[in-house]
Amino acid sequence: MENLTLVINATYVLCAALFILGLKLLGHPSTARKGNMLSALGMLIAIVVTLLDQGIIGFELIIVAMIAGGAVGLFIAKKIELTQMPEMVSLLNGIGGLASLLIALAIVRSGAQLETYLLIITLLAIAIGGITFSGSVIAWAKLSGKVSKLISSGSATFTGQAYVNALIVIGIVVLGALLALTPENPSYVYGFVALAIVLGIMLVIPIGGADMPVVISLLNSYSGLAACATGLAIGNNLLIVAGALVGASGIILTSVMCKAMNRSLTNVLFSGFQAVKTSTMEIEGEVKPMSAEDAYYVLEASQSIVVIPGYGMAVAQAQHAMKELQGLLERNGTEVVYGIHPVAGRMPGHMNVLLAEADVPYELLLEMDEVNPRMESFDVAIVIGANDVVNPSARELESSPIYGMPVINADLAKNVFILKRGMASGFAGIDNPLFFKDNARMIFGDAKDTINTIIRQF
Amino acid sequence: MTFIYLSMILMLAIFLGFELIYKVPATLHTPLMSGANAVSGITLIGALAYAGGDYETLPQILGAVSVFLATINVVGGYVVTDRMLAMFKGK
Repeated sequence: MENLTLVINATYVLCAALFILGLKLLGHPSTARKGNMLSALGMLIAIVVTLLDQGIIGFELIIVAMIAGGAVGLFIAKKIELTQMPEMVSLLNGIGGLASLLIALAIVRSGAQLETYLLIITLLAIAIGGITFSGSVIAWAKLSGKVSKLISSGSATFTGQAYVNALIVIGIVVLGALLALTPENPSYVYGFVALAIVLGIMLVIPIGGADMPVVISLLNSYSGLAACATGLAIGNNLLIVAGALVGASGIILTSVMCKAMNRSLTNVLFSGFQAVKTSTMEIEGEVKPMSAEDAYYVLEASQSIVVIPGYGMAVAQAQHAMKELQGLLERNGTEVVYGIHPVAGRMPGHMNVLLAEADVPYELLLEMDEVNPRMESFDVAIVIGANDVVNPSARELESSPIYGMPVINADLAKNVFILKRGMASGFAGIDNPLFFKDNARMIFGDAKDTINTIIRQF
Repeated sequence: MTFIYLSMILMLAIFLGFELIYKVPATLHTPLMSGANAVSGITLIGALAYAGGDYETLPQILGAVSVFLATINVVGGYVVTDRMLAMFKGK
């Protein structure tokens, strides 16, 4: 018995090492796949060795649950379109949160006599798990646009929402205290679970679509922290290490996203409560439309081109056409690179995955800080479905709501082609002076059709 | 004392996590997140003890549902991450 426990725990050390090594290999695209495999191997070993535990006597439920879960997971992972990765990640965040919540609930309802501090940690696991679960479901609904009326993809608020949230938090604390003081009456725990779930809904509902990269990253972190709290509650060191790694990853991504929008986390989470400032800026000049055929002549004569993609590229599924155009331009002797803003798309790295799917080599996917210093040297900047991340008012106009946000300075290129459906403003709902600059040309229409028209000219 | 040891592990893991993840390039942030989803499925090993342990029906069922959910995370997370990473090719 003693020996077996020792073997299991020693193996957990190996598994933790594999997780850490896997993360380390994720530091470069050429080794990343191997890293993921190592991490998966660590997980497999952890599961197998846990099943050796003498405490586990019935395997029927486990086998059924694992086969069913494995089938569902495999199905989703194979079927999902890569444009839908933000939805998939939110859904997995939520499932992870719920899994932690249920374990913590099982701890409370197993009749074990918990010491007060362990009970508090268990309740913490329930609270974080519940918030992660319902928050992620709302985020998923907003991203997929499935629930439109009640949960609009924009921000939804009602008067007194802040007070309602405060009441819910007080309710959670009171129920938690009651549970800690009267452990013989565990039925309070259901109220606790319910309030945590409601709080998750209330926290994510007011956050708008453009802020989703931050919310997904934060919920990603929470799902790790929930696992971590569960690990502390059951005294499992592997859960603690793995949960902490995930928690740290989510926190870093959250901070990267916030910096890229020049906003604090508090501002992202609670700005839905404030009245939207209406900017009264006057833009001089006029929009100059251009046909795709004319765009071809300019592109054909260009030495170097930077492509700046945004969420609109994902919507139009224009990445494959863009890759084809890139091939033609390169054969023509033109250098083509991609400039990717950290918050382009709906989650961190969204654009990179779509372009990788279209076989664009990762060396050509440059970060904002790499393209901005040489922006003047590009003959053409092609903006595909991006808006706020190329808005020069972030640099020039102090009264702009996005003033100070680091943007890709597309307007400094010699020519700017903007592929856009119409003149609607971006998610931040603000005008974009870029469209009115002298060197800017608008090519209206579906981005994919536009690019295909250009391709046909070659 | 066990709790203190576990807190020590927690603290070290958080710092190690920060160090490692700062080195992940922006281009891999989406696979990083889906990979993190898979790793957070580690709750599976906690759930196994309840799903297969000597408990009353309720904790067993809670454990089994948790095993089901965590397995979705593990399998779904690793498979979709691998699918994405396979697409990242150099010149």
